[in-house]
Amino acid sequence: MRFTVEVLVTLKPRLADPQGKAVESALPALGWTNVRGVRVGKHVRFEVESDDETSARAQVDEMAARLLSNPVIEDSRILEVREVQRT
Amino acid sequence: MSARIGVVTFPGSLDDRDALRAIELMGGQGVALWHADRDLRGVDGVILPGGFSYGDYLRCGAIARFAPVMEEIRTFAEGGGPVIGICNGFQILCESGLLPGALIRNRSLRFVCRVVHLRVETTRTPITADATQGEVLEIPIKHGEGQYVAADDVLDRLEAEGRVVFRYCGPDGETSDDHNPNGALRAIAGIRNRAGNVVGLMPHPEHAVDPDVGPTGGQALFASLFTHVMAPAR
Repeated sequence: MRFTVEVLVTLKPRLADPQGKAVESALPALGWTNVRGVRVGKHVRFEVESDDETSARAQVDEMAARLLSNPVIEDSRILEVREVQRT
Repeated sequence: MSARIGVVTFPGSLDDRDALRAIELMGGQGVALWHADRDLRGVDGVILPGGFSYGDYLRCGAIARFAPVMEEIRTFAEGGGPVIGICNGFQILCESGLLPGALIRNRSLRFVCRVVHLRVETTRTPITADATQGEVLEIPIKHGEGQYVAADDVLDRLEAEGRVVFRYCGPDGETSDDHNPNGALRAIAGIRNRAGNVVGLMPHPEHAVDPDVGPTGGQALFASLFTHVMAPAR
């Protein structure tokens, strides 16, 4: 079975996010003065071939912990695992 | 016999040649190592140099930690061999779990390239053994992602175990936010592992050995490393 997977990687809440701060600082210049708490993360999308959804999720969890994120500074979570329907 | 110090070149390493040159200038023998080789060529110590290994596209050091040579370096480090990670090399050591914590984007969001003052916090490492605790060294930094972070309990443990090796400071050794170039927690510029043989630091001692081109704060660190690896007790 083939699945499309989406993983979200975000900096841990306790860490300052310079990228989010940069976005937040730029917004008022464009007229948006009402935005607070900007955090910037990473969205990773890919396809994976697996026997079933459970084993696909287990593999993605391991991929997220070992490569897609650095668990020391980042949280990761699976946003979606969706089977690709063959036509 | 002079100390044989290996310098690993990853695709995207920048400071490997400067590190080899600094080793030679200081009287050691530089040995070029390649990221894809599972061979440390019998060196007495290893330097992971600065640069942007594999482009640092994912996270700094995230891909380099899986390079074949890193398996050899892990074994070498576990056997007590000196491993010094400079800048990108520090990031690689953190990503590989050989050192705790991580380096994230500078607080200022700017790439910082200038000479800083560093206070030596411990002499229990191969590169500071011949220095004096509290000594202030002038060494350049050049990085965009050098803000050292770790959980509070990890930082407390590093402090308690004397594993903070360098702190950013002023000319007289004073620490303050003004003297912290990247927002590093507790002004940490370098740390060591529990055994003391693995050291990571953001500043570049290899750019600070030649009086013709700048400060010479790196000389003491190379000299100390050579003395350490040539000591018969090891």
